[in-house]
Amino acid sequence: MTVSAAWYLTLAAAMFSIGAIGLLVRRNVLVMFMCVELMLNAANLTFVTFARELNDVGGQAVVFFVLVVAAAEVVVGLGIIVAIYRRRLGATADDIHVLKG
Amino acid sequence: MLGAVFLIPLFPFVGFLVLAALGRKLGNPRAGWLATAMVLASFVTTVIVFTGLFERSPASRSYTQTWYSWFTVDRLHVTASLLVDPLSMTMALFVTGVSTLIHLYSIGYMSHDEQFPKFFVYLNLFVVSMLILVLGGNFLLTFLGWEGVGVCSYFLISFWFDRPSAASAGKKAMIFNRIGDAGFLLAMFLIFERTGSLQYTTVFSRLGHVGTPSLTAIALLLFLGAAGKSAQLPLYPWLADAMEGPTPVSALIHAATMVTAGVYLMCRVAPILHLAPDAAHVVAIVGVATAFLGATIACAQNDIKKILAYSTISQLGYMFLAVGVGAYVAAIFLMLTHAFYKALLFLGAGSVIHAMGDEQDTKRFGALARLMPITSITFLIAWLSIGGVPPFSGFWSKGDVLENAYAMSPLLYVVGALTAVLTAYYLGRCYLLTFRGKQRWAEARRDGKGAGLHPHDPSWLMTLPLVVLAAASTVAGIINLPIHPFDLLQRWLDPVVGAQLRQLHFSVGTEWVFAIGDAVLAALGVSIAIGLWRRVAEHPALEPVFLRRAWYIDWAYDSFVARGSTEVAQVTFDDVETKGIDGAVNGFGGLVAAAGRRLRTVQTGYVRNYALGLMGGLVLILAYVVVRAFA
Repeated sequence: MTVSAAWYLTLAAAMFSIGAIGLLVRRNVLVMFMCVELMLNAANLTFVTFARELNDVGGQAVVFFVLVVAAAEVVVGLGIIVAIYRRRLGATADDIHVLKG
Repeated sequence: MLGAVFLIPLFPFVGFLVLAALGRKLGNPRAGWLATAMVLASFVTTVIVFTGLFERSPASRSYTQTWYSWFTVDRLHVTASLLVDPLSMTMALFVTGVSTLIHLYSIGYMSHDEQFPKFFVYLNLFVVSMLILVLGGNFLLTFLGWEGVGVCSYFLISFWFDRPSAASAGKKAMIFNRIGDAGFLLAMFLIFERTGSLQYTTVFSRLGHVGTPSLTAIALLLFLGAAGKSAQLPLYPWLADAMEGPTPVSALIHAATMVTAGVYLMCRVAPILHLAPDAAHVVAIVGVATAFLGATIACAQNDIKKILAYSTISQLGYMFLAVGVGAYVAAIFLMLTHAFYKALLFLGAGSVIHAMGDEQDTKRFGALARLMPITSITFLIAWLSIGGVPPFSGFWSKGDVLENAYAMSPLLYVVGALTAVLTAYYLGRCYLLTFRGKQRWAEARRDGKGAGLHPHDPSWLMTLPLVVLAAASTVAGIINLPIHPFDLLQRWLDPVVGAQLRQLHFSVGTEWVFAIGDAVLAALGVSIAIGLWRRVAEHPALEPVFLRRAWYIDWAYDSFVARGSTEVAQVTFDDVETKGIDGAVNGFGGLVAAAGRRLRTVQTGYVRNYALGLMGGLVLILAYVVVRAFA
């Protein structure tokens, strides 16, 4: 039994939506960060799905790039988060708005 | 020997540099002695070069010394070169000679001034500029000197710059001269356009190819320049105000040398003027009108320096009359003798002003003859000389001019003769009010200091120049007697202006009539002055207000030119500049600032807001894609 591409794409859309909504509504920096990861992986899933459907390895190749970029992003992002948590305990994203215009 | 000509302007230039750098250290009076020594060295060099030129045959008395090629632009090649010929050497000789005497006088006159060294810096720079003006081998180098003397004149008129009147007099001189200088510049453009050169010798050799209208335009534009520099109608009012400067400056720059630069220029371009008779007529008419006007104003002035200033304007008018009627030698002759007696008059006036504690009003002098004998006698000689009493130098030079004017038109002669009477009269008035009559300085002084004054002749530093100039004023006539082998100046200048000279064909009898006529005119003026002013110091009828106010010409300039342009400037400033241009610039800046103030609120600093923005963008892009896909 094969699962049709529509399911994968639906799942990816759902994941992306969850991630996007979570990013917008949550205030915890760590959770927001995880939401971003969720969205990235939703995009990855879409790429892989289409790669299989279209029989084109290019989509899979792009996923590797995304993974690499995401890993780099995690390194930088987590570093920033750790730095923030050192300064103030339990801070939410809204506490950090020193760049307010 | 002619090769030494470069030393003539170099000496005062070195003096200028040294004084500018070390003047303060040298101090008073050593700075003055250095300046005087440099000008004296220049004078000695001039004498040497002069004799060198004299030893040549008349036909070969022209020598150009080229230093280097100044600049080249397309067809225009300008060299820094000096022209040695009888005209330039005559000028250089009297410029350096009179300058030396006035430098010497200034050491005494300025001895109490705090800015003593600075005065001599300017004075030496002036001499450099004046020498470049007269020795320059092309129009541009002459123009360089022309501007140099102009700026020195400005510096020296405004020398006591903390007096508002001196500061504004300097500006006035500058502005009137700018008008004239514009004429000089335009003339040079036209000369270059028509002849392709600015070198005097080249230009004059190519005049045959230039049409009369162009030559007339060139001559008139040059005359505009000359009228500015030499204070002729309508550009003369600055010279009266220039008397705000120290008196030696008035003597050197505004009487003897700089103001005669215009006459020199006109004589230098005699070949052009000769081919443009219409322009020459204009010069003659303006000259005689200025001579008459200046003389009438001088009759009603009370300030001793103002009398002399208007007298200078009047005498310069005489010189232009001579130039206009083609009597270039007479113009130079009058310029020379005038330099002697007018410098003498100014230096004498300076002695009096010094003795009277900086008072200049002749009505507050009187009876100084016995107290200041040297000043009095030299001033008397100057008066008789400028008045044209034989055998003083003014008799010969003025007679020469009048004769030539008669040959052109009897009308010019009549106005000139009338001016001659007035000249003898107003300087007589000046002399009598100052040195004769009742003593008025003790009680008439406004500041009440009069009673404490003990007027006396100044030190030898100041009297020596007076005596030398008085001797020169007395005997300078012999350089150009109207009898053949004694017309030295005429024969000396012949290689330069001989071809353009008006030839007079008067018989010996006519010459005698002219000579006696001149003597009668002088005697008339002198006796009227003595009759009226010997005892009395007030003749209100003879000093009408319109003459005291100088024919209201200053007032007219003020109302019709100065006030109008001030108003235009004010409107331009208020409406165009402040509201228009400033408004546009500030308005644009304000717009950007206001937009920034509004837009900065978009940057909240909250991550979720930025994320929402990203999402919104994403939704828009997706919507676009979807619409495209289905449309």
